[in-house]
Amino acid sequence: MNIKGIGASKGIGIGKAVVLKAAEDKGKFVDKRILESEIEKETDRFNKAVADTAKYYDEIIVKARGVLKEQEIQVFEAYKLLLNDPILMDMIADFIKNELLCAEGSLIKAVEQVKSMFLALNDEYMRQRAEDIENVGKNIFMSLTGNMPADLSNLYEDSIIVAEDLSPADTVSLDRRHVKGFAVEKGGVTSHTAIIARTMEIPALVGCGSELKKINNGDTLIVDGIKGVLIPNPEPDVLKEYLDLQNEYNRQVEKIKSLKDEPSITLDGRKVLLAGNIATPEEANEVLSRGGEGIGLFRTEFLYLNRDNLPSEDEQFEAYRKVAEVMKDRPCIIRTLDIGGDKQSALLNIPKEENPFLGYRAIRICLTERDIFKTQLRAILRASAFGNLRVMFPMISCIEELREAKAVLKEAMSELDERNIQYNKDIEVGIMIEVPSAAISADILAKEADFFSIGTNDLCQYTLAVDRMNEKITALYNPLNIGVLRLIKNVIDAAHERGIEVGMCGEMASNPEYAVLLIGLGLDELSMVPASIPYVKQAVRNISFERAANIAKTALSLGETDKIINLLKEESNAY
Amino acid sequence: MLTKTFVLKCPIGLHARPASILISEAEKFKSEISIRYKNKEISLKSIIGVMTLGIKTGESFDVIISGEDEAEAMERLNKFFEEEIQSL
Repeated sequence: MNIKGIGASKGIGIGKAVVLKAAEDKGKFVDKRILESEIEKETDRFNKAVADTAKYYDEIIVKARGVLKEQEIQVFEAYKLLLNDPILMDMIADFIKNELLCAEGSLIKAVEQVKSMFLALNDEYMRQRAEDIENVGKNIFMSLTGNMPADLSNLYEDSIIVAEDLSPADTVSLDRRHVKGFAVEKGGVTSHTAIIARTMEIPALVGCGSELKKINNGDTLIVDGIKGVLIPNPEPDVLKEYLDLQNEYNRQVEKIKSLKDEPSITLDGRKVLLAGNIATPEEANEVLSRGGEGIGLFRTEFLYLNRDNLPSEDEQFEAYRKVAEVMKDRPCIIRTLDIGGDKQSALLNIPKEENPFLGYRAIRICLTERDIFKTQLRAILRASAFGNLRVMFPMISCIEELREAKAVLKEAMSELDERNIQYNKDIEVGIMIEVPSAAISADILAKEADFFSIGTNDLCQYTLAVDRMNEKITALYNPLNIGVLRLIKNVIDAAHERGIEVGMCGEMASNPEYAVLLIGLGLDELSMVPASIPYVKQAVRNISFERAANIAKTALSLGETDKIINLLKEESNAY
Repeated sequence: MLTKTFVLKCPIGLHARPASILISEAEKFKSEISIRYKNKEISLKSIIGVMTLGIKTGESFDVIISGEDEAEAMERLNKFFEEEIQSL
């Protein structure tokens, strides 16, 4: 029987099932008692499990170098610290010795108690630490019950990984040549499994439910990540049909990827600049390899997160210069520090706020911490001598903020002049349009900015009063809401009225259906995750600007979100 | 035995990173080191213990050290709590 799931990564994968065994049921250990004569044996068994778990973490840390981010690796270092923690270990030894609980039962009880200590702290950060304890407990438990995860680094045939869920620990060492698909019981499209699958471009199904328990090692499986279905042990004719489908799908993907060096112009010759969003200098190469013609958003927060001191001017200069040199004369927009909101840094003295998204963040911090801001601006200016860099201020809500930020930029320039350092004196200075007041007053801002870039993620959440982190109200979060579309149109019209360029660097731009609407509204540039560039280019090259403009006009006149969604879907058949 | 009262100066409370640095610093001394806060006293050997004390920025707590190198240990922790912790 076929099993339904959520297609989290497109494509069709065919291979043999490799089932990651779920942990044994905890229930039967909770009350299992031992004899006094068994205390020593049970203690030894527990200590061995802890040692094995430590070894398991060590192996992961070694394998993860270069695969996972430093931050993700640090998680395992922290786990090791917890493995050695006297509170947890003494508690367990005590339960074994004095309550005569078996090792598993003692572990479960101790983990529960430590978890409740963390949860009692009534602090969101500490609550998350409770999860760390639970993960460590889970690993020791698996080791105790002889259930350490299968070795996925050495598969010998095309395989589909089947599991309850995959953790970073499972995926770091994947044998990429042989993994052809994932199917997991839990999770949604933003789960770790889904993200890793899309990054690796491997078809994946998430949320398949407990039906998946029926799959055995060695079963032949088809993962259809397009329709969202798993087919176990298919009949020969079904298998044949899917092999054809897989070929066809792969051919299409190749075709789209081959557009890399083709220009992104509409059928009637209008140029649309497609650019990439990046968060580290290394990603600039990926933008080029996907056929991107610029960088529409270089997020600079990586320089400030997870560290003990502020980045120096020289360190930042090196990072920006790297991007400038990779991209040569192609435009690169560097966004100044956008911290606060959901991105916290211990370096910047940001107190806990009731409404961080409406609080002390981005340009508001920079205009207060002038020295930090000016250091960044000097670094950007110095790098501007090595390529086509532009500078962009986030979260501008009024003309006064733009003027103030530009004044600091002027100061940074004269400081460089004093030091006789070269930079591009005519560097273009633009702003993110992501606060509704800025979108509404775009005509005023356009007089003093060299370009606009619309940030739809925040613009959408501010305009619709929808917290995009709140799962209960995600249905309300829709960039096709007419209110948002009218703001976007207003921004574009105001920019063009003054003859300045306007782009978009929000997630909206990476969806080909939306991209057509945005082009029709008149956007000059679309910036997105690099992997999406070929798909948007395919759409751009198969539609005329005239038609896109008509679609935009119709969408604005329809006014209702559902009708606009349908219109875009229907029109997508044409390209 | 030495006892000294400190006020927590790190910006975001005694979270994982400052706590783990504190533990590794304390490990370097032979003396027994503990923290007393709201009538609870815990040894500086356990990161879980330190973190679950839940000391918040601006609150005061006692550091208690006893052993042969207690003076050096207090000097080291004094530097940690008075200076270094502010940039963590």
